[in-house]
Amino acid sequence: MREVKILRVVSAKTLLPFILLFALYVQFHGDFGPGGGFQAGVIFGAGLILHALVFGLNESRRVIPEWVIESAAAVGVLIYGGVGVVAMLKGGKFLEYGVLDAHDRVHGQHTGLILIELGVGVTVSAVMLAIYGALAGRGRLST
Amino acid sequence: MSEALGLYNYWIVIFLMMTGLYLVISTGNLVRKVVGLNIFQASVLLLYVTMGRVDGATAPIFVEGRETYTDPLPSVLMLTAIVVGVATTAVALALTVRINEAYGTIEEDEINEQEHAQELAG
Amino acid sequence: MFQQTVDILVLGLLAATALAVVRMRTLIGAAMLMGIYSFLSASWMLILDAPDVAFTEAAVGAGVSTIFVLATLSITTIRAKRQTKFQFAPLAVVVLTGAVLIYGTLDMPHFGDPEAPVHRVGNRYIKRVPEEFKIPNAVTAVLGSYRGFDTFGETTVVLTAGLGVLCLLRKRREDEPKVVTE
Repeated sequence: MREVKILRVVSAKTLLPFILLFALYVQFHGDFGPGGGFQAGVIFGAGLILHALVFGLNESRRVIPEWVIESAAAVGVLIYGGVGVVAMLKGGKFLEYGVLDAHDRVHGQHTGLILIELGVGVTVSAVMLAIYGALAGRGRLST
Repeated sequence: MSEALGLYNYWIVIFLMMTGLYLVISTGNLVRKVVGLNIFQASVLLLYVTMGRVDGATAPIFVEGRETYTDPLPSVLMLTAIVVGVATTAVALALTVRINEAYGTIEEDEINEQEHAQELAG
Repeated sequence: MFQQTVDILVLGLLAATALAVVRMRTLIGAAMLMGIYSFLSASWMLILDAPDVAFTEAAVGAGVSTIFVLATLSITTIRAKRQTKFQFAPLAVVVLTGAVLIYGTLDMPHFGDPEAPVHRVGNRYIKRVPEEFKIPNAVTAVLGSYRGFDTFGETTVVLTAGLGVLCLLRKRREDEPKVVTE
């Protein structure tokens, strides 16, 4: 699809930044409006899949190499679990966000929520990208 | 009559579920089976979200001056189920791809025939 | 009245799309209709005051999963075999299961009933979230905090599924047949 100019300019060059920005908005605005890590991860992944669809998988892999995607998927779960462990180290229970802030339990809850949503978002977007890459990069049997 | 008015939502959702189930068990094509499973899953999500609805309530995002909100619990459960659902669907599709590479077809009866022929030969 | 009209319209469209998927013979058509079905169900979830789920369903069902099915079709085949004769058994199974399920709904609380037992836990969350979190979105609070273990598990499941796909599809061994990539 690389040679179709209208696709390249309209969908990728014009829409892509807004899709990614919207994903970030959904990610960090999840406490106040509809949204959160799962949705943001899917939208972010879908934006990058759009890039891969228009410019081809090789070009897309040049922007984000495979090892980045695969480690990001694991790092997301580690962030989530890490928040739980930090809460334990601070004297709370696993995933008890209230203890994350020494002065105010409510602030601790906010910190915990934002961090775990970040972990979820990172994992989900990386997994979506990895699945698309695996399916699209497989290729047809030559028989 | 009041039964029908209060419950028609559930009945339509059950109809949708059953169309998905019909697709899964009636077709021999693996991709159509996955599509059927997806429809079945989306209908189960609808069933849960339907149960969370409260008359006269608004979405569970707190605003001044509203007292009743819809039940957030079905939303939470279904939200995670959707994303897990797409990930597991992808596993099913990946298996389909591998089956196609091994047998050259994604039709169940043709795969069975090949297996049968192999058994007879070996 | 308006609400009910919209309700019936969306539910009718959903039922029509589901039937169309069953009747659709081409695989690409089935994939497209699956996307439409997901989008319609997202609309209905929005009518049911569950914007978070609707949002997810619209992004996942109508967007990503349709792309996955189409990507699979592009490396397998787009032709489905014609069903030669009508099968009676699946229809009988489905009608029977549906009848049992409908019998099961008969003593369920009515649609929108605020006294339904299912809301007991939800109401407690609604009361506690503004005090303990001071954030407006109850769904995020329940998802991340009250049900944090659940969500942790779900995230791990997503990761595991991704790993499964990578294991199944990524590398070819030398002895496997060569492929054409484009």
